[in-house]
Amino acid sequence: MSGLLALELLSDYTLRTVALGSAAIGVTSGALGTFAVLRRQSLLGDAISHAALPGVALAFLLTGSKAPLTLVIGAALAGFIGTLVVIGVVRTTRIKYDSALGIVLSVFFGVGLVLLTYIQQRPDASQAGLDRFLFGQAAALLQRDLVTMAVLGGIALLLMLLAWKELKLLAFDPDFGTSLGFPMRALDVLLTSLLVVAIVIGLQTVGVVLMAAMVIAPAAAARQWTDRLGLVTALAGCFGALAGVTGAVLSAEAVRLPTGPTIVLCVTGIVILSLVVAPRRGLAWRELRGRRDRRRLRLATVLQDLHALEVQHPGANRGHSEAVVSVMSGGALPSLRELERRGLVRRLGDDAWALTESGRARVEP
Amino acid sequence: MTSGQIEIQMLAVVVAVACALPGTFLVLRRLALVSDAISHSILLGIVLGFFVAGDVNSPILLVAAALVGLVTVVLVAVLQRTGLVKEDAAIGLVFPALFSIGVILISRYADNVHLDIDAVLLGELAFAPFDRLVFWGWDFGPISLVVMTVILALNVASIMVFWKELKLSTFDPALAVALGLAPAAVQYGLMSLVSLTAVGAFDAVGSILVVALMIAPPATAYLLTDSLPRLVVLASAIGAGSALSGYWLAYLLDASIAGAMASMTGVFFALAWLLAPGRGLVAAARRRARQKLEFAQTMLAIHLANHEGRPEAATESRVEHLQGHLRWEPQFAERIVRGAERRGLIRQRDGRLELTESGRLAANEAVAR
Repeated sequence: MSGLLALELLSDYTLRTVALGSAAIGVTSGALGTFAVLRRQSLLGDAISHAALPGVALAFLLTGSKAPLTLVIGAALAGFIGTLVVIGVVRTTRIKYDSALGIVLSVFFGVGLVLLTYIQQRPDASQAGLDRFLFGQAAALLQRDLVTMAVLGGIALLLMLLAWKELKLLAFDPDFGTSLGFPMRALDVLLTSLLVVAIVIGLQTVGVVLMAAMVIAPAAAARQWTDRLGLVTALAGCFGALAGVTGAVLSAEAVRLPTGPTIVLCVTGIVILSLVVAPRRGLAWRELRGRRDRRRLRLATVLQDLHALEVQHPGANRGHSEAVVSVMSGGALPSLRELERRGLVRRLGDDAWALTESGRARVEP
Repeated sequence: MTSGQIEIQMLAVVVAVACALPGTFLVLRRLALVSDAISHSILLGIVLGFFVAGDVNSPILLVAAALVGLVTVVLVAVLQRTGLVKEDAAIGLVFPALFSIGVILISRYADNVHLDIDAVLLGELAFAPFDRLVFWGWDFGPISLVVMTVILALNVASIMVFWKELKLSTFDPALAVALGLAPAAVQYGLMSLVSLTAVGAFDAVGSILVVALMIAPPATAYLLTDSLPRLVVLASAIGAGSALSGYWLAYLLDASIAGAMASMTGVFFALAWLLAPGRGLVAAARRRARQKLEFAQTMLAIHLANHEGRPEAATESRVEHLQGHLRWEPQFAERIVRGAERRGLIRQRDGRLELTESGRLAANEAVAR
């Protein structure tokens, strides 16, 4: 089945375009999203993607062209202006970051909607296709879209790699960076611009509404697996690509499965999996470790209790009953058996437990 | 105006005010983006409610959607409490997922009914007058207007009844806990209002513009006043103003009413940002300019006081000298001298400047500070 799909991927032109395009989007937004998530700016992606809508509409209104590069440039400019407004509002008023994001997101989107509906009722415009920016439509990807996306995404990733050390500093300790003489504000602008690029190239496929997930989810998933920034970024890129390709191919193959939501569900699946099974941080891992710690603690307590009993009853080498130990630490029988199995406790009679030599050595300092 | 137009405008105003009320507290509590999350994920609730009821006008849809809104809030809180992701990322993970499930369910199973994604996401106010509530031959007006009026009344009543609790838990949660006011209950109560309002408004203006109506008018009002009662009233008024002006903007452009309303909330916000008395960008710039002048005038007074009664006073107190000594441009120096004269700090005599009594006082005061 998977072999068949792979074969189909290679031979079917549309499917190949869709898969390659989604992979490009996934890698770019996943990798650059890492920085947004680490800097607690996850929802900036949401604001940028919504803010891009009026840019798309204006670019079309002004140039009359639907060439991918034109629309992408319009989207990028609008997204960038939206970011500037957020920063400006936060810096010059007492309105907080979350409200500033909310205002930019919804007002820009509203303006975009007005422009889109205005364009749609003009008789001359061959406007069809602009509304796919809302929800994305992978099946409509063409070769020229693919080239635009790949080139822009490649440039963004390349710039990220070139400024890697500085961006790392920006993400973790901007004040230290300032004290070293790095232009932190310029780097902030650079990183935000790269994020804008990563978002706008995905709008056509994933859609304005859900593009935020492509920025946040891969990074949130990758973060669970490792603590190293380089690995998180690389992993986030892989997760983004995986979800992008899977979702886009599924939606192109199945009937009435919209692309954006399908991709988002794929990436959400990766997130849930990572949250549960990732080593050390994952929930399952944490639960196991908790159980192990509790058991270890119980065994240590029972061992201590037996020792305390021996100290309080010197000379009485007949051992102590399970009931007595249970009074001290409750339900001690399984722990006593486990300790016996480990050779730390021995059974003298039917219900008489005593420390072995090695058990005593373990308790006594 | 036709009666349809009047009804649409009434609905727009009711929706805007109903959104602004809980929105005010979201803005103050830094929960603005929760409205974004809720307004998206309730789509899933609407779809699930539709599957249960089989009818888009059933009240079950409202209830299911409000419940999913609350589930969103709980999920975000749970995810955040694991410590594996931060709050902002938690919001950004939960609502796209729930929204996606909703969209996929609609497009696979409910595409043919009157529940299409564009309408749900973008809203269509213009169609509101066609769905009317008719009971026993009486026409009670458009259904959405009736529903939103009920929700508005509920919001007004809840905020009035729990005013004290809302206020305290917003501004001093620790004190609220100490007084036994259960801020968590207040929080979830507020979230229920937000969910319910978002569901009601969803039909009329769509999910994303609910965010505009909930966040932008309160934020605008927040730039204009410091008192909570005034904030609530002002936010409602700005919401209503955006609704009406948005309607007419849309009428002029023949474009989306909801989009135009959101755009107008943005216009009002931009106006307040620029022109708010005392806090706006213009007021701040003017204050800075005035402070610069006053500072320079005081400098001049100090300079004159330093040299007063000394042998060099004759040269130091010449206007031309200031340009060299204080590094002032000729024009600037002249402006400052004129300003200081007007304030009665100095007077000119034979091309020389001398301090007045109040100027001497001002200089001494400034130095002592």
